Amino acid sequence: MLTILFDGVAYGMLLFVLAVGLSVTLGLMNFVNLAHGAFAMAGGYVTVLLMSRFGVPFLACLPLAFLAAALLGAVLERTLYRRLYDRPHLDHVLFSIGLVFMAVAATDYAMGSQQQNIRLPSWLSGRLDVMGVGIGRYRAFLIATCGVLVVALQFVLSRTRFGVRLRAAVDDRRVARGLGIPVDRVFAVTFAVGSGLAGLGGAMGAEILGLDPTFPLKFMIYFLIVVTVGGTAGLVGPFVAALVLGIADVAGKYYVPSLGAFVIYTLMIAILLVRPQGLFARAR
Amino acid sequence: MAGGGDDAPRGRDEAIVAARFARAHRWRRAEIAFWLAAFATLLVLPRQALIGNEIAIIALFALSLDLILGYAGIVSLGHAAFFGLGAYAAGLLARHVNADPLLGLAVGAAAAGLLGFATSALVLRGADLTRLMVTLGVALLLSEIANRAAALTGGADGLQGVVMAPLFGRFAFDLTGRTAFAYSLTVTFLLFLLARRIVHSPFGASLRAIRDNRLRAAAIGVPVTRRLVAIYTIAATYAGVAGALLAQTTQFVSLDVLAFDRSADVLLMLVIGGAGWLYGGPVGALVFKVAQEVFSGLTPQYWHFWIGLALVVLVLVRRDRLAALARDAVAALVDFRGTRAARGAGSRSVPP
Repeated sequence: MLTILFDGVAYGMLLFVLAVGLSVTLGLMNFVNLAHGAFAMAGGYVTVLLMSRFGVPFLACLPLAFLAAALLGAVLERTLYRRLYDRPHLDHVLFSIGLVFMAVAATDYAMGSQQQNIRLPSWLSGRLDVMGVGIGRYRAFLIATCGVLVVALQFVLSRTRFGVRLRAAVDDRRVARGLGIPVDRVFAVTFAVGSGLAGLGGAMGAEILGLDPTFPLKFMIYFLIVVTVGGTAGLVGPFVAALVLGIADVAGKYYVPSLGAFVIYTLMIAILLVRPQGLFARAR
Repeated sequence: MAGGGDDAPRGRDEAIVAARFARAHRWRRAEIAFWLAAFATLLVLPRQALIGNEIAIIALFALSLDLILGYAGIVSLGHAAFFGLGAYAAGLLARHVNADPLLGLAVGAAAAGLLGFATSALVLRGADLTRLMVTLGVALLLSEIANRAAALTGGADGLQGVVMAPLFGRFAFDLTGRTAFAYSLTVTFLLFLLARRIVHSPFGASLRAIRDNRLRAAAIGVPVTRRLVAIYTIAATYAGVAGALLAQTTQFVSLDVLAFDRSADVLLMLVIGGAGWLYGGPVGALVFKVAQEVFSGLTPQYWHFWIGLALVVLVLVRRDRLAALARDAVAALVDFRGTRAARGAGSRSVPP
């Protein structure tokens, strides 16, 4: 029971790290980026390649996965995404679906369609037994890492100059621009960091979520649930949504496997029906 | 703006409006040529009947998406839900109850229409993003149900053993697919006629008003909610018929009728052909299917890469501009010779 809760929390934390970039993208530029999962996949594959071809240790791969995905995000944002901010949502959707299809096919071509495995270092595999509760070491590692990340993000957002500018831009882009905040640059940085976090999540999640070329499609709905249910008003909403989703998914798969993802989709539709702006949105 | 005053001008206004609707509804030569060509392929290219059948079906599917996206401005990422439900309904009916194709069409249409009506409340609320999520969620939910209810649907193996009775008791569905093609094309054509009637009616005009500005439409007295529910239900019914056609003519239903790829593909078709234009669906379906044949002949596995590239390029070079270009080209073709003179005379008879 507690083990399931623990696994759920680990899963939820992972989802949060994966989806947080998307939440900011949506909140700031109102851009529906369905291709967010592609950046996560990029991070995952970078890790797989580095570990299997060059023998880089797992821990050293994680920051590299972050950097690779962030770089990819920055380049795409500067060259392609930025042209589309003022377009209707349909264009966002078409464009990012196109990117997803290309990413899936290109990955399939380059790496093959099989599941990729990441060999974890021995000190991260296996289970600990803490007061009768079986705890996977890797999951404990996930919770610790993601926890640190969450605190760090919250700190950046609430205590630094950059965070203030970002929040101002999310609240009202036009006024923020009028006050001399370089909204474009703030957004470029945020997009890159968000993509990088997705890449980091993809690298860390390869073990739990699995990694194959259809990754962006398979998990697209999960990221979107986190963002739409959590709202885009801050970090707390998506974080709570991700935790609930993680716990519900793990518990659902454990207790009622026959229902599959049914519970989650129903829950999402119900929540959106009652609160179209998400659970934690401020009234505007 | 010319509303008030005595009865005579108002009567004239009404006449002008009626004339406008009638003019929009008039058949152009290019349209007639389009459908003649479509039916001619039945005789000219009998070997291509199988692919022709597929094109006719997805053309109908794309047309149904056009009704909500192009005419009412509802973005949907889960239109395959209705397609798939129609397919399963028709397939299950043929397998367990009655193998008559027309009855199957009706049942597929009714099932999808009901689902559309029931879920229309969901798409009325919230912004674009919420709509995307809800439509996507409904499609995923159905696909999950179809996957889990393997006893009924066959699950991942697909629904096998669908055998259709001959159409009207005379024309059997054979391996060459000629009956299937004729059947699908005719159904698509008839439903196209109905759609044409719908979008050129005052009802269709009110939908466009809602698409362009919901608030203003409501302010001039358009019952926004009722109109959107109506068109969403109609579009769902159309998609259900398309799904039923696929189930009947291929005599098989697999899980991919509900897949996300199908929703995305139909969106792409419509965008290629141009949304908000009745021929956008059919033209897009034709281009899409031919392109698919060519590209998957080259690299079957990576066909989606080219779709993706097409989408990205289409968006970056501004799809609206492309669509306008295409429309101008078609308009130029239509105006070629006589029609222009007729239209000139027509506009002169209407006072400014």
